[in-house]
Amino acid sequence: MAIIHDGMSPFELFRPASVDDALNLAKRLGSDAWLLAGGLDSLERFKDGVIHPKTVIDLGAINELRGIRRDGGDLVIGPMTTLSEVQHNPDIRAHFALLAEAAAEVASPQIRNQGTLGGNICQDTRCWYYRSGWDCYRAGGSTCYAGEKKEGQNREHAIFGIEGCAAVSPSDTAPALVALEARLVIQDAKGKREVAADDFFIGPATNITRLNVLRPGELLTEIRLPATWANATFYFEKVRDRPVWDFPLVNIAAAMQLSGDRISKARFVLGAVAARPWRLPKVEAAVAGALRSAIAETAARLAADGAAPLAHNGYKVILAGNLVKRAILGTKEA
Amino acid sequence: MPQNDTLFTPRLTGQNYTTPDLRAKLTGTARFAEDLRAEGMLICKLLTSPLPHARVSHLDTKAALAMPGVRAILTADELPPPADSVTDRGEVIKASPWAERALTMEPLFQGEPILAVAAVDEATATAAIAAIKISFEPLPFVVDPLDSLRPGSPNARTDGNVWMPAANPAEQAKVGELKWSKADFEAAGEKQLPLGKGGSAWAYGDLDGEMSRAALVLDETFVTPNVSHQALETRSALAWWENGKLHIAVGTQSTIQTVPAIAKWLNMAPDDIVLISEYTGGGFGGKGIASVAAIIPALLAKKTKAPVMLRVSRDNEQAIGRARPSLIGRMRAGFSKEGRLLALDMFVVMDNGPYDEQHDATTSGRMASLLYQPRAMRWRGLAVLTNTPTRGFQTAPGGLQACALLGPLLAKAARKLNLDPLAVCRINAPEGQAPLGPPQTDGSLNKATSAFVKEALDQGAQAFGWQKRQLRPALKRPLRRGLGVATGCFVAGTIGFDGLFVITPDGKLRIHSGVGNLGTQSFSDVQRVVADAMGMPWESCEILWGNTGKHLAWSCVSGGSQTIHAMSRAGFAASLDARTKIMEIAAKSLGGAPEDFAIGNQRVFRKTNNGEGLSFAEVARKAIALGGAYDGHECPNDVNKMTKKSVAALAGQGLVAVARDTFRHDGQTFSFVAAFAEVEVDTETGMYRIVDFHTQADAGVVVHPRAFAGQMGGRSMFGIGHATRQKWFYDHEHGLPLSRRFYQTRPPSILCFPEKFTWGSVGLPDPQTPIGARGIGEPPATAACAAVLCALSDALGDDKFIRAPVLADTVLAAIEPGTWRPATGLAANV
Repeated sequence: MAIIHDGMSPFELFRPASVDDALNLAKRLGSDAWLLAGGLDSLERFKDGVIHPKTVIDLGAINELRGIRRDGGDLVIGPMTTLSEVQHNPDIRAHFALLAEAAAEVASPQIRNQGTLGGNICQDTRCWYYRSGWDCYRAGGSTCYAGEKKEGQNREHAIFGIEGCAAVSPSDTAPALVALEARLVIQDAKGKREVAADDFFIGPATNITRLNVLRPGELLTEIRLPATWANATFYFEKVRDRPVWDFPLVNIAAAMQLSGDRISKARFVLGAVAARPWRLPKVEAAVAGALRSAIAETAARLAADGAAPLAHNGYKVILAGNLVKRAILGTKEA
Repeated sequence: MPQNDTLFTPRLTGQNYTTPDLRAKLTGTARFAEDLRAEGMLICKLLTSPLPHARVSHLDTKAALAMPGVRAILTADELPPPADSVTDRGEVIKASPWAERALTMEPLFQGEPILAVAAVDEATATAAIAAIKISFEPLPFVVDPLDSLRPGSPNARTDGNVWMPAANPAEQAKVGELKWSKADFEAAGEKQLPLGKGGSAWAYGDLDGEMSRAALVLDETFVTPNVSHQALETRSALAWWENGKLHIAVGTQSTIQTVPAIAKWLNMAPDDIVLISEYTGGGFGGKGIASVAAIIPALLAKKTKAPVMLRVSRDNEQAIGRARPSLIGRMRAGFSKEGRLLALDMFVVMDNGPYDEQHDATTSGRMASLLYQPRAMRWRGLAVLTNTPTRGFQTAPGGLQACALLGPLLAKAARKLNLDPLAVCRINAPEGQAPLGPPQTDGSLNKATSAFVKEALDQGAQAFGWQKRQLRPALKRPLRRGLGVATGCFVAGTIGFDGLFVITPDGKLRIHSGVGNLGTQSFSDVQRVVADAMGMPWESCEILWGNTGKHLAWSCVSGGSQTIHAMSRAGFAASLDARTKIMEIAAKSLGGAPEDFAIGNQRVFRKTNNGEGLSFAEVARKAIALGGAYDGHECPNDVNKMTKKSVAALAGQGLVAVARDTFRHDGQTFSFVAAFAEVEVDTETGMYRIVDFHTQADAGVVVHPRAFAGQMGGRSMFGIGHATRQKWFYDHEHGLPLSRRFYQTRPPSILCFPEKFTWGSVGLPDPQTPIGARGIGEPPATAACAAVLCALSDALGDDKFIRAPVLADTVLAAIEPGTWRPATGLAANV
């Protein structure tokens, strides 16, 4: 059979007005259904002919999935809240500026107006082999063209956690949520469960076909930011080829609790270096109790510990170290 | 042209105004080809090759044709053979057996169309393609030109891998096989282009002698990128047949010039084609005369007896939308101690793609000769075929690459000689009727009509503050500052086209323009000259454009920055014809001789008695009454046959003004730009910002400042994109492209503009054209690309990168060499 790219197959569109309706639809339709948030990732994949959903459940009319509110000590963000809203929300900017900064670095203003926080963290990888429909492991095939082939083009691929697949998570906001110890509420027709952001994102060793734990029929309904890191010292930086409208080559989200210039505790998370946001526990351990200026170089050397760069992405090793150093010192230059 | 000075007072020319298409574009009422609808319209989709080179070994369309709603399938065997071309001078150019066809059973690159399906809607067409049973016999492929030159390597085509130059001028170039030896590659090493045999060549001056006298000789290799055109409007096309005539709506840069191209591809008479293209959403050379895919809906419309819309997706556009070829250049350049370029030995290998020979390689030599004025020069060029998308003209084809190859080389020479790079640009800048290669048959060089590049450099340096910027202290780590200056140039005008307008019985001026509306505003801007020459208020002028059914004049291709020059001349020629006819009519009506009358305030009057005269409305009515040449029943012999056809159709509608541009023109017309860039490079991340950018044009008289500014900005960004981000990535093992979406090919957006951007213009008129205007579309791209590369070299140091664009990983590799393996080598696509 011929393969046609850029031909979107027809699908049945549902636009429920409540989470319950969406979940009932998702249950009834099973794996034939595709949950659509802002559509920026999904529609491109439909057009690419990489996926052919028979039905699409558009979450855009569900008001309860939108907005930012307080619930006890948590700040609760609806996953359908746009990235622009996250970027500009006063509460987020005042207490969790890391997330606001990360959201502000996504793509372009137009995309941030349409794209949602939930969509941004649930988006699939941008591995150019996978997105072009190559029969790689992630797509159900038998190789990783970027990581296992001698002439694989892998400048934008993983340096950590390559276990059968060298694809990376392209999200800017996911590392920020991991750094902030966000908890994600997942709901299906049977009920709710809450997952730490650390555990929400998964690598190929856990499941090579997905980047997160969401299963068919499940819906992300809340993103909860606990007070743990509120008002901490934050650092977000994104390195990319194009100054706007680009995915990260590497990004970093860091949260530090300081006592004067001394770091009492910290979380460092790199993005676009693995299939999931990549925490740096050795760096976190090294900096705990240390003066920022004294530990920066040491921490930088630990940043890429365990990295296994591919033929064309060794620069990410250098970037990881430099970004950790800059995060600790709080010096963003370009 | 001094003799016409009294006939042309610029009142509108040089002023900003609202173009006639602006409101429609701003309000969204402008209709591009894909916006059009026709009753019973079918949608056409393409089945394209998944392989870089293959032969279709099995094709079964029965199941697809049996699907409800599927109306027809078009295959390559149904295409008419392409016709030979006949030039305006009557020369016959035989149709090339290596030319691209609209469909093929032997695709030469991934994404090449094999067949087309017409169905009642897009979903049905898409499903039908998925239902087609097709098998391929894979054939050898190559996606890198140097790979194809290695001993024993595959060829992109079964009959060869390079374009062999014609043995004599009467012959056409042919595809043949050429391989270099292992020793050629070994002698060059990894970072220099091998100096293998083959290709075209020309030379002038005493190359060896000048080289031996040089105080500094540099031997540099540099790689420019393959870059897709990526116009926002894909090349969708709607076609239908009516009374035996083909009506086709398609985005094209050149309205009337597209008609003979489609006629050639369909092997039919141009008279039977009506082309509609009121708005075109970007071309950049890739839609110069539309493209061969436009005939697919035409043939399917004939087959199905229904209107057919070929819907070209973004994925299709990436494959068939044309691209600039990469040049791999090796330049040996000898400089005097003052920085004068004494000798230039330039060899370029071009990634030609699989079809017609591209001219970027040739043009790169020509532009280098003009822009840097080497006393002696040798140029060699080799077009190597690859299984990558068809190439085409793209903004300053060959000129941009020449500047990318040589601009940084001049800056390096300045550093080596301890000179100011600005001074080196200036000492080598062309001046006046500057000479350029290649040599003509008698050994003499061609010459430019004029060049005021030194003025552009001086004014630009002043505006940018070049000298002051050099004196500032270095930035604190990890930032580094880089300053770059470069000159650029490209062709900026042609001659010999037709102007046509009608003064109607209501006293209005109706201009029939064959110029395409590709967004540059030139289709309208050139008519300001007509209004000025006729002394008409702009509100009394109507422009008909974008539909050859409206009887348009033969106009230049709207590419290569020709239009403002060529069509202001043509419009002025028609204006002179109108003035002659008006005064003759006045003499016939009021008595006396034509020279007794003058024109002004939309009337003709006796010089000795202003009150005695005729309004233009009265003149138009009298022209109709007189007939003959006055109202278009007779037409000058020297205008193009398509203009003659239009004049015949307009006969009797008023005073018909029609003329071919025969104004004097001594030399070849080029425009020039001097560009200045400051970058700040973050050595820890590899990211950099263009914090300030100034570009100063030498493009003659500015006809429409706002449009001029748009070109200076937009085309500078075009060049900056080449320097900073745009490129192809290929999987070499499978021969398939990996960067196909905008987010992967990374064209610059409005948000990528330099933080500060300014422009200026020398504004000195070109003495070889009546209005003094030259084109400005292309040159800003050339200088901008080179200036940014120069600034990056200044920041990072010499020999830190050997290819454009300079991405973040390249910068990091320059800062910490040896820490990893960056994408090095001379491959065109990595």
